Amino acid sequence: MRDGNGSAADLASRLADRERELAELTREVEAWRAEFGRLPLRSDGNFTSISGRSAEPVYTPADLVDTLGGDGLLPGRFPYTRGIHPTMYRGKLWTMRQFAGFGTAIDTNRRYKFLLERGQTGLSVAFDFPTLMGYDSDHPRSEGEVGKCGVAISSLAVMETLFVGIPLVQVSTSMTINGPAAILWCFYIAAAEKQGVDIAKLQGTVQNDMLKEYQAQHAWVYPVDRAMKIIVDMFEWGAEHTPRWNTISISGYHIREAGATAAQELAFTLANGFSYIEHGVARGLAVDSFAPRLSFFWDVHNDFFEEIAKLRAARRIWARHLRDRYGARDDRSWKMRFHCQTAGVSLTAQQPLNNVARVAYQALAAVLGGTQSLHTNALDETLALPTEESVRVALRTQQILAYETGAANVADPLGGSYYVEALTDTMEREAEGLFAEIDAHGGVVKAIEKGWFQRQIAASAARFQDEVDAGTRAVVGVNAFVEDEADRPLETLRVGQEADQTQRERLARLRAERDEPRVGRALAELTRAAEEDRNLIPAMLDCARAYATLFEIRYALERVYGAYKEPVFF
Amino acid sequence: MPNTKPLPRPIRVLVAKPGLDGHDRGAKVVAAALRDAGMEVIYTGLHQTPEMIATAAIQEDADVVGLSILSGAHMTLFPRVRKLLDAQGRQDILLTGGGIIPPEDIETLARQGVGRLFGPGTPLADLIDYINAWAADHLE
Repeated sequence: MRDGNGSAADLASRLADRERELAELTREVEAWRAEFGRLPLRSDGNFTSISGRSAEPVYTPADLVDTLGGDGLLPGRFPYTRGIHPTMYRGKLWTMRQFAGFGTAIDTNRRYKFLLERGQTGLSVAFDFPTLMGYDSDHPRSEGEVGKCGVAISSLAVMETLFVGIPLVQVSTSMTINGPAAILWCFYIAAAEKQGVDIAKLQGTVQNDMLKEYQAQHAWVYPVDRAMKIIVDMFEWGAEHTPRWNTISISGYHIREAGATAAQELAFTLANGFSYIEHGVARGLAVDSFAPRLSFFWDVHNDFFEEIAKLRAARRIWARHLRDRYGARDDRSWKMRFHCQTAGVSLTAQQPLNNVARVAYQALAAVLGGTQSLHTNALDETLALPTEESVRVALRTQQILAYETGAANVADPLGGSYYVEALTDTMEREAEGLFAEIDAHGGVVKAIEKGWFQRQIAASAARFQDEVDAGTRAVVGVNAFVEDEADRPLETLRVGQEADQTQRERLARLRAERDEPRVGRALAELTRAAEEDRNLIPAMLDCARAYATLFEIRYALERVYGAYKEPVFF
Repeated sequence: MPNTKPLPRPIRVLVAKPGLDGHDRGAKVVAAALRDAGMEVIYTGLHQTPEMIATAAIQEDADVVGLSILSGAHMTLFPRVRKLLDAQGRQDILLTGGGIIPPEDIETLARQGVGRLFGPGTPLADLIDYINAWAADHLE
């Protein structure tokens, strides 16, 4: 600690001591390296990370160039490398939030209650592909896909069913929806109104991150600039009416799952985040009016320390850019809050029970990285949507981590580790390098239109597959420690055609019973709002309240905005 | 071992993503690997209907159509594409693919004229060998 009486001469002499110590350490490390170089190493060792980064055999203070000086030393202090809260998990554990949805709203409602009764602390809605793309269950393009990979929600009526018996004033809900995010958000708000909830108290998140949809996940509806307009409408309206709701979850998860390296995930996602800030500011919004409601979502992959360093670097970069580049003054704008999900792509169909171990290590990395919320994948998710039994193991994995391991007792327990600190610095530098590359391509939107991100991600995916095929990247059960005998088949969840049938019947009933002229007026008003370039949310919410369907609302805008055309390449 | 006699011409493969699923990591990795293995590869892009795929296969004069399906809609989409190809008299086109498809569904689809289907963790060499072996017997 500084005692306050240090003279300039004292300071100079202490600096000189430090220089000497560092020089001595560097000499020691060089001598050690020479010895290390003469010793035999394991022949089956691959000492690069899953993202292709090579690691030094050991780290020392000589590797720390840019760390823990002054105000970064404590959690809850800028730039939040060590966590956004002073108390971290002593104040509040992370939210255990399992992504779930399949079949009809009734099936999924039952699964939510199953999870909540077992100690889950937040909900996360998985929608089926038709819903993700803005199609009703009875649209011809939805055939064969209704309720298969998530729950089908084509109107407010089904949204109401989804949360029957679940008070929306008490639970926080995350919805993974992007292209038609504003529409599903309006369904949710209208469902909460029906429950008599003051919407200013609603807590939750819509993913609503379209930039990564064009880059990686591909559930789009409108062209890029119109999609960005709708997102900013949500920032603007949400800041006033739903101040506790996260209007976006800027997601690295899908970028990573599509093949990106850890550094690409970090940089592309943050660059998207900056782009949302810039679009909001361009509308004339004050940065501090909406930045505190921007949240993030990271993938947590196999490479333990790299993932922890990525999460620490992400917080630091966001804080620095928000304060120094975008002039945010509210510390809530600087604090990056995020959800994590263990890496679905790392699960193997071979020897699937091994996935429990993978998920546990990844979950530990997420917690050591300071996540606010976590989904742990179930062991059978590479084969099907999870069963009750497998999802219970996944949830229990989090509970064991929270209540048995002691990992939640100390904030950022790896802070000060030479390796983790050096890796955090490296990740930050790599991200800054990639930001410069993105700028050189004309920024995020231009680079998407050129297919730059898409090519970078595909190239990383191909490199990984080449390593696995060549056997230089071990995947246990796939190219290493393979069993000759076939695995005992797991009992998996099967979603039949009943959801399709039930949904069609519900929609037919809805269309017959609702106030048709009111629906027509609401949709016409939404189209008018788009033509006049007004904020769309008030008119869209009226469509939801009138029981207009998802596709009707999608189409009311598409008439004005057109649809996105994908640049095709491989 | 696959037949090693040289093929009369490069194999033309249409790699397609039917349905609404946007997960194209696998489709793109496979498309690039088949191209690197000397095949002529056309990739359709996302969100294709069975009709669009069958039309593209015929227009592009494909020998092989590979569908990538991770959405659970395989029991609808594979038979539909097969029927559309057959209806155009193109029983000769091999329909294969991959994704998340339970073994019992693979058997059912095989009885409906669908070729081998590959699951997660398949080495790329397996499907390259499969297509090459098929071509050695069928390509003219």
